[in-house]
Amino acid sequence: MNIPQLTDFSEASLDAAFAEVRALAETAITAASFDKEQFRLEWLGRKQGYLGQISDTWLKAAPVEAKKLIGQRFNALKQTIEEKLAAETLLDSGIEISGLDITLPGTAQRLGVEHPLVKTMAEIVSVFQRMGYSVGLGPEVETDFYNFEALNFPPNHPARDTQDTLVVDAQDGKPLRDRLLMRTHTSPVQIRSMLEQAPPLRLVIPGKVHRNDAADATHSPVFHQVEGLCVDTNITFSDLKGTLDHAMKAFFGSAVKTRFFPSFFPFTEPSADVQISCIFCGGKGCRKCKHSGWIELLGCGMVDPAVFASVNQRRIELGREPVYDTARISGFAFGMGVDRIAMMKYGISDIGLLYSGDMRFLEQFA
Amino acid sequence: MDILTPWLRSYLPALSVTDEQLAEDLTLRGIAVEGTFAIANGTRYEMDITTNRVDAMNHYGVAREAAAIYNVPLAPLPATAPLAADKPGDSFPVTIEARDLCGRFTARIVRGVNVKPASGLIAEYFAALGQKPISGPVDVTNFGWLSMGQPTHVFDLDTLEGGIIVRRAKPGEKLRLLDGTEKTLVAEDLVVADEKKALGLAGVMGGWDSRVTETTKNILVEAAWFDPAAIRASSRRHGLHTDASHRFERGADFAAAPLANNLVTRLVVEQAGGEVIGEMTDIIIPALAAKTADRPTIALRVSEVQRHLGTTADGLGISESIVAQYLTALGCTLTQTAAGEYAVKLPSWRLDLEREIDLIEEIARVYGYNKFANTLPTFIGTVIELPHAEQEHTIRTTLRGLGFSEAISSTFCSAEEATLFTTASAVAIGNPLSAEAGMLRPALTPGMATMIANNLHRDVSTVRLFEMGTVFNGSTAEVIEHTGLSLGLTGSAIANSLYRAEDALFYELKGALEALLAKFTGAVTFDTNELPAWIALGRGARVLFNGQPIAVFGELSATEQQRRKLRQTVALAEVNAAVLLAAPLRQPVSREISRFQAVERDFSFLFPDTVRWADIDSSLRALKIPELQSIGPVEIFRDPKGKAVAAGTYSLLVRVVFQSTERTLADEDLTGNSSRIIAALTALGGVQRA
Repeated sequence: MNIPQLTDFSEASLDAAFAEVRALAETAITAASFDKEQFRLEWLGRKQGYLGQISDTWLKAAPVEAKKLIGQRFNALKQTIEEKLAAETLLDSGIEISGLDITLPGTAQRLGVEHPLVKTMAEIVSVFQRMGYSVGLGPEVETDFYNFEALNFPPNHPARDTQDTLVVDAQDGKPLRDRLLMRTHTSPVQIRSMLEQAPPLRLVIPGKVHRNDAADATHSPVFHQVEGLCVDTNITFSDLKGTLDHAMKAFFGSAVKTRFFPSFFPFTEPSADVQISCIFCGGKGCRKCKHSGWIELLGCGMVDPAVFASVNQRRIELGREPVYDTARISGFAFGMGVDRIAMMKYGISDIGLLYSGDMRFLEQFA
Repeated sequence: MDILTPWLRSYLPALSVTDEQLAEDLTLRGIAVEGTFAIANGTRYEMDITTNRVDAMNHYGVAREAAAIYNVPLAPLPATAPLAADKPGDSFPVTIEARDLCGRFTARIVRGVNVKPASGLIAEYFAALGQKPISGPVDVTNFGWLSMGQPTHVFDLDTLEGGIIVRRAKPGEKLRLLDGTEKTLVAEDLVVADEKKALGLAGVMGGWDSRVTETTKNILVEAAWFDPAAIRASSRRHGLHTDASHRFERGADFAAAPLANNLVTRLVVEQAGGEVIGEMTDIIIPALAAKTADRPTIALRVSEVQRHLGTTADGLGISESIVAQYLTALGCTLTQTAAGEYAVKLPSWRLDLEREIDLIEEIARVYGYNKFANTLPTFIGTVIELPHAEQEHTIRTTLRGLGFSEAISSTFCSAEEATLFTTASAVAIGNPLSAEAGMLRPALTPGMATMIANNLHRDVSTVRLFEMGTVFNGSTAEVIEHTGLSLGLTGSAIANSLYRAEDALFYELKGALEALLAKFTGAVTFDTNELPAWIALGRGARVLFNGQPIAVFGELSATEQQRRKLRQTVALAEVNAAVLLAAPLRQPVSREISRFQAVERDFSFLFPDTVRWADIDSSLRALKIPELQSIGPVEIFRDPKGKAVAAGTYSLLVRVVFQSTERTLADEDLTGNSSRIIAALTALGGVQRA
C-alpha cells in the first residue's frame, strides 16, 4: 500500500491525509473479502504494519512542532480501527460480548395510568371551559325535588319508578319532594346553580350518576355524564346548535359534522338528539356506526319554561328574587354519557371494564 | 309499529318524493323510521315514535306529518263522511253512567252480515304487515285502528240484553275477556255493559261472550272515548297491555269516535255484507269534551317563535307565514288577534300540545332542525374554575407519577364491609341491586380491596391503584358526602439495604403518602392510634395533617386476607381527600445553593430495638448544628440468629451531610460536629461500632 504524500505539515493537510487512511481502513474492514487476521497483520503488525510505516515515514520528515500533531492523530486513528475490529468481532462470534445488549428492554420507572373515563371527562369539560363555561358540581345523593320535580318530571313519569332509580332506604315518611335518591342525571346541578346564581349562566357539569340497571356490556348501575347549561337574554335554538357543533368539532376534530333530530325530554322544549358524523369512517358507513355514517352522541334542548318556573318559585320560597323571567331570558341545556364516548373513542367493548380496576385493562392507556 | 307506503300515499295524492327520501325527512322531524323493507308496491317502514306522539302511530297520523313537511294536501279519511242508513230504524240505546270516565260513546247496528275472512285491500295490507286475518268484522276494526289510531269494537248484537250502559264494575263482578281469561273486577274498573252483565273491560279488551263469531248475523259497532287515568289503572291492575289501552291511556282523539264508527261500519258492510240500520248513536259528555276537543285556545306570538328559535341557515328566519302554514297543516286553527299574534285552537288529536312553547317546538320540528343556522351566543362574564381544581389535579398527577393508576369502583358496598372498613356511619339503599351493594360506601377501601383481590385472582400479581371519589356518611334522614381517596398496592416488594422485603410494601405506601402530602402546606406526623380492624396488628399507622387525622394505612389483616383468599400481602390507605382539597398547595421557595463542598460522614451504631428512628432524628436535630444539611438512615441490619448483631438490637448506619453556604468546612469543624453527634447517639443508648 502506498503511503500518502503530505504537501506540508499544517493541521489541515494532516487531517486530510489521516481521513484518507481511515477511509482505506474502513473499506478494508467492510469489504466482503475481509479477513481479520490478515488485516491485523497488514495494518497493525509491529514491524511491517501499514500504520507503523506511515507513522515512521511522516514522523521522520516532520519538523519538531508537527511531531506532536502527527502523534495525536495517529493514536486516534489506531483506536478507531481497534474499535471497529472489536465490533466486527462481536458480530462475528456472538460469544465474545463485552458491550451492552442494546436489545434488552430499558428499566423504565412505571408511571401510573390516567383512567380513560377521567381523561375523557376532563377533555370534554375543557372544551366547554374554553367556550366560557364554568364548572359546576353537585351531590350524588339528591332529593326528588332537584332530580325530578324541578325538572318538570310529572309525578307518574316512568323514570321516577324505582325500576330506574336507586333510592335511599326509609324515605316513606317524608314528603315526595324531600325523598333521597341517587341522582339519575347531572341535571339537578342546573337547578341548584340557578337557585344560587342569577343569569347570565354558563355551566359545564361533570359527574357520576346512578340507575337501577343490572350490569351488562352496555349498562352499569354507575356511569358518568357531562351536562351543560347556558342561560341569558336572547339565547336561541340556533345558538344551541352552533355551540354543540363547535364543541364536537373541538373534541373530535374539525371534519366532524353534527345533525339534530327532534326528541323528548321533560326539562327541555324543543328537545333534540344530536348525531355526529362517524369518527371512524368519516360518514361513509362502517361497522362502528352500523353503516349509517352517524353516531348518536348527545341529548339537548331549550330549557323548558316550566323549569324556570320551578326555579323562580323555589327562589321565592328561599327569599330570593325570581330572576328567571321567561319573557326576557331563555337558555339551552345538553348532556352526554361520558362512558359511551370513552368506549367509542377507545374501542372498549364492555362498560364494566371501566369500573373493574383491572390492571390489564388500565395499563393499555399508559 | 309498521307503516306501508302505498297505504300512506293513498292519503297524499300529490306527494312526489321517493320512499327513501320520505323516510329520511320524517326521521329528521322526529317521526323516526328505524328500518325500511321493500314490499310489492312500495316500502314497509319500521317506526320508532316517542310516546308523546300517539297521534302519529297510525297511517293517517304519519300522512298528516308528511303533508305538513312537504306542504301538500292531505286527503280526508275515506268513508268518514256521514253514513246514511240503508234502512230506517231506532238508534241503539246507550247510557253513560260513569260520566267522569267515559266522554263519548258511539254505536251503530248492522244486520244480516255473513262473516268470512277479510279480502281485498285489507287482506293485501295485512299480508304486507305480517298481520294474521281473524274474521272480516274484527279485521275491519284492526284496519280502522291502523289507519287512524282509534280503537273500535264489534259486538254480536244478538248476545246483548237491552241497551249499552257504560258504568263502573260491581266489586267482584266476573268477566271473561277475548283472550279467554276470566277477570274479577273491582269498583274502579270501567265496563261496557248491557242491562244484565258486563260485556267488556272498557278501553282495554272486549268480552268473550259478546264477541263476533263465524255464526254472527247482526253486529253493533262501538267507538268511544275513555279517561286516560282510568284506563291506565285498569290495564295495570289486570296486567293487560293492549293496542286500545296504549292509546286510551295516552289520550285518544275525542273527535275521532264517530269518524271511526262510520269507517268501520262501512267496511263491515263491504266485507261481510248486511245493512246499516238507523242513525248512529253518539253520546257526548260536555265536561270531558271541554278538557280535550274543546280546550281553550293558546296565544301565540310570532316574536316569541323568533326569540326562541333564532337564525335560520338561509338567513330569512321563521316568518309569520311559515308559522301559519305549519300549524294549519298540523290541524290547528289560527285566528289573528293582533299584529303577529294568534289565538290557536288545538287539534283534538294533539293532547301533547298545551303551551305556546309546544307550538314553537312544532314549528321548529316541521321546519327541520338542521335548517337552522349554527350561531354562537355572545358572552360577557367570567369563567369560574372550581376552588379545588388545582388540588385535585395535583393529587392525580402526583399519584400517577408515583406509579399508581387511577381506578373507579362501585359506589356501593355490603353492610359487612361498611362496618369493617370504617367506624363512621353508613347509609342503606332502599332497593339495592344486590346485598353486596346494599350500602352507600362510607369509605373507598372496601372497593379498593375488591379491585386488588380481583387482580390477584386473575394472576395479575403487581397492582398499584388509587381511587378518588365520593364517600357517604350520615343517616337516611341526611346523607353527608365528602371526597375520599384510597390507595392500594400489592406485589413487587423489593428488599434494600434499609428495608426487608416483607416490610417494603408498607414503606412504599408510606413514601407515597409522604410525597403526596408534601405537595400541600401542613405538618405531617404519624402515630398508631385508633387504627381500624382491617389493618393487621402492628402493620399500620395513622397520618395526621396539622394535628388532625387525615389517613390510615397498613397491611390487610390475616383474617381479611384469608376471607378474600389472598396469598400475598396487600397494603391499603384511606385518605380524607376533602381535607387536602381545602388545603393550600405548598408554595416552593428557592434557596441559595452553596458553592462550597458538602461533606458526608457515616456513623455506625448498635441500638436497642426500643430506639426508633424518630428518636435519633430529633436528638440530632436538637444539636442545632448550623452546617447540618441532612440526616438519613442508610443501612439497617438485624441478625435473626443473634450472632453478628445481638438479639434485641440492630445496627444502623446514619449518614449526615455538612455544608456551609459561607466557607469550605475545616477539619476541626467536622471533627467537632462529629463528636457531638457521636455523643448524642451514645446518649440514646447507642454503641458505636468499630
